[in-house]
Formats: sequence, structure tokens, C-alpha cells
Amino acid sequence: MEIAFYLAAAVAVISTMMSVTNPNPVHALLYLIVSLLAVAMVFFSIGAPFAGILEIIVYAGAIMVLFVFVVMMLNLGRATIEQEKRWLRWQAWIGPSALSLVLLFELVRVLHPIGGDKHMVGYGTIGAREVGMALFGPYLLAVELASMLLLAALVAAFHLGRHED
Amino acid sequence: MNGVSAIPLEHALILSGILFSLGLLGILLRRNILFVLMSIEVMMNGAALAFVAAGSRWGAADGQIMFILILTLAAAEASVGLALVLQIYRRFNTLDTDAASEMKG
Repeated sequence: MEIAFYLAAAVAVISTMMSVTNPNPVHALLYLIVSLLAVAMVFFSIGAPFAGILEIIVYAGAIMVLFVFVVMMLNLGRATIEQEKRWLRWQAWIGPSALSLVLLFELVRVLHPIGGDKHMVGYGTIGAREVGMALFGPYLLAVELASMLLLAALVAAFHLGRHED
Repeated sequence: MNGVSAIPLEHALILSGILFSLGLLGILLRRNILFVLMSIEVMMNGAALAFVAAGSRWGAADGQIMFILILTLAAAEASVGLALVLQIYRRFNTLDTDAASEMKG
């Protein structure tokens, strides 16, 4: 199972990089979907199958399809790709890359003293049963709050998305 | 199926850090608001991976609970954000974030 983790991690990093740097919106979205599927594989390999299934169904299946629909509605064509290529000049790369690299270096440096052998991931599997028991036991209030957040988002999206005639 | 897989926790956390940094790079780099929203999704995905990995380390379901809550947040954010993208495109006929800078106050 280790090889699955590292392969999926490599696929996730590479496809996320392609997604961030691609000038074509549809290609970037497809790379992002590949990245989400790879992260779902990571979840499977570290013993969280319920999270992996939710990642595929909700993230790659619902949220990304929402993005694809919006790209279809906006009808972004060749002009958008040319514009993106003009915006992605090499001068624009220097500052953001440097800042992100510094942040990544700090994150890796902070994680370093944990020690590889003491904390291992993926010995056991935490399935849907345990997650459901916790979700509707001690976390019931959080579920109610999440449902209110979704209702608010539904109303807001309906209000913002309508045509003003 | 369940062979003992021994992945150090810090490798999973480093992966989540890389994904988070890539999302941050996308937010700083892009001017198209659609790509900015996609980069925010990447960042949330990285944070969710950190939660799930930590929950898996301690054999607790709490990490996946937090993942489900992050998923809810991402769905709400995507729906409202994409509705705003449609409004901005309808009003300014472009997706440039600088075009929306006249919304003051």
C-alpha cells in the first residue's frame, strides 16, 4: 500500500501544478479533477475509505461539475486563453513562487522533528460506521450548523445567480 | 486488502503542505477570478488532507468528521463564488479581478 500512497501523491502534485499553470480553463479543471481523484487514492491508502469516497462523489463529482457548468455558461474561448497567456508572463511568476516556496520550506522544516518511525499512518481502517457514529453522536450540533450553512449558500446562490431584468 | 501500510505521518503532512502552497501560488499568480476560485479549492483540499492524515494516525474518526465539514464549506463557497463569477461576467463582460475593483464601500 505504500507504493499506492507515493504514486498517488506524485500524481496529485504534478496534476495540481499543471492545473495552476494552465492557461486553458477546461484543461485546468480536468487536471484539477485528476488531482482530486489522486487525493482520494491517498485517502484510501491511509485507511480512510469513507473520506475517499466522499472526495470522489462530492468534490470531483459535484463541485467540479459546477465549475464545468460555469465554464460552459461563460463560453470562454480562444480569446481567454490568449489573455491568460499574456497575464502569465515570467515576471509575474517571481514574487508568488518565492513566497510559496518560503512558506513550503517553513512547513517542511516545522514537520521535520516529528520523527519518521514513531508516527505511522494507515495501520487501521476507519470506515463509514465509525464516522457515522461520531457524526450523529458528539458532532450532532456541527451537522446542524453545516446544514444551516448549506441552506444559506443555497439562498445566496439563488439570489446572486438570477437575471436582473 | 488491509496489508500493514507504514507511511510516516510527516509524508502525508508534507503532501498536504505542497498542495496548500500550490494553491497559494495559484491565488497570487492568477488574475482570472475563475482560476482563483479553483486555487482556493486546492488549498482547502490540502487542509482536509492534513486533517484526515492526523485522524488516521490516532485511529480516530474526528479527522474525517472535519473533512466532511470542510467539504460542506467548499460546496457552499463554490456555489456562492460561482454565482458571483456569473454576476461579474454579466456586469463587466470580463473575468479580470481588476475590473471589479470599482466596487468600493
